[in-house]
Amino acid sequence: MIRPRLIPILLIQDGGLVKGVNFKKHVYVGDPVNVVKIFNEKEVDEIAILDISCTVENRDPNYELISEITSEAFMPLSYGGGLKSIEQVRKIFHSGVEKVIFNTSAYLNPNLIKETAKEFGSSSTVVSIDVKTSGFFKSTKKVFIQNSRKQIELTPLEYSKMLVDLGAGEIILTSVDHEGLMAGYDNDLIEEITSNLEIPVVANGGAGNMDHFKQALNHGASAVAAGSFFVFQGTHKAVLITYPSYSDFSQII
Amino acid sequence: MIAVIDYGIGNIGSVLNMFKKIGVKDVCFTGKEEDIKAADKILLPGVGSFDRGMDSLKRSGLIPVLKDFALVDKKPILGICLGMQLLTSRSDEGQSNGLGFINGETLAFSFPKESNLKIPHMGWNEVMVEKENTLIPYGTSSRFYFVHSYYVKCHNDADILATANYGINFTCAFQCDNIFGTQFHPEKSHKFGMQVLKNFSLI
Repeated sequence: MIRPRLIPILLIQDGGLVKGVNFKKHVYVGDPVNVVKIFNEKEVDEIAILDISCTVENRDPNYELISEITSEAFMPLSYGGGLKSIEQVRKIFHSGVEKVIFNTSAYLNPNLIKETAKEFGSSSTVVSIDVKTSGFFKSTKKVFIQNSRKQIELTPLEYSKMLVDLGAGEIILTSVDHEGLMAGYDNDLIEEITSNLEIPVVANGGAGNMDHFKQALNHGASAVAAGSFFVFQGTHKAVLITYPSYSDFSQII
Repeated sequence: MIAVIDYGIGNIGSVLNMFKKIGVKDVCFTGKEEDIKAADKILLPGVGSFDRGMDSLKRSGLIPVLKDFALVDKKPILGICLGMQLLTSRSDEGQSNGLGFINGETLAFSFPKESNLKIPHMGWNEVMVEKENTLIPYGTSSRFYFVHSYYVKCHNDADILATANYGINFTCAFQCDNIFGTQFHPEKSHKFGMQVLKNFSLI
């Protein structure tokens, strides 16, 4: 039977690996190529790389860095950040990336999802959705784009369904409120989305221990992703790259 | 020499990276007839849809060369993912005929909603190797990475090399003489995949 995937999400800013809290306060974690090498030795299920400075700085993906990373990655690797055209998407696939991840451009240019799914298949077309509570009483969950700076007028479920219709084959569902706190996922959100979609959903944002993974999977996630969990250790958040062994993770699922 | 077929489709970067990693140097990414004729083995990669894959192959003009290679000269050919599916005669995914190098067809996964099984099937599976062979280690546990919505059904049980389970047991690798296919991605499957590509290079 299939085993859910456990996915480190690595954030790149100015060529270095960083990690923050609630999409802010990013601190330097290490050299991306080196960190991917370490994860590779740990036989990680999959890795997602997100360049969080591309969209903000309105620049091209760093193809050179991506190629360098993929040459050390013998596991599935997805890339997101600054993808606005099908030409860029083609170049990314050519560098040895397995799946591309869209966020802001999925909303601004839905046709790009269609084109990518048509050319490279839905299973290689991933959309990352950032969800944050907003409103006067922080009572409603809204989708945000542009590194969680701009709110759009669709609920997470409406938006997810639209993306599936466009051809997305997987959704990375991130709770901005939970992200970086290591206190657990937004399990209600996970359940709401996964019970209404037929494509795999990757839960992200908030994992701090193995039990959190288990909860998200029980709420319907097909895969669980995390950032801090894999790069920080202890209360002082010392940088240490970790990944549970195959048998340790198997025990909780 | 192993010719990795360039027909404008497929994520070949990772295949080439892995060959490099395991020290298989005589690998050529090519869409040229003369290179393919001169090769000892062919690797047929592929991602995307069935019809698009067949269209690209037709447009490349390489189908007759591939036929000679696999069916007349009977030299080893390995299809990966969509590449495996293209070796069958047809697919639920499209209208085009496949290459038909193996007696089988490509079917769509279909599960009842209450099964909670998502499509595409995406992730790692341990596989059951069904017979002794030169490609996948027999009798030890190997796991591989899968991304697919369609799977191959061999019409000849003897061709089934390995199976995996996703809602149903399906053929995740086949072999009929010199014709090999894997639904999983060896190039994305750590040491397990390295072993498969290494074995292929040694056939």
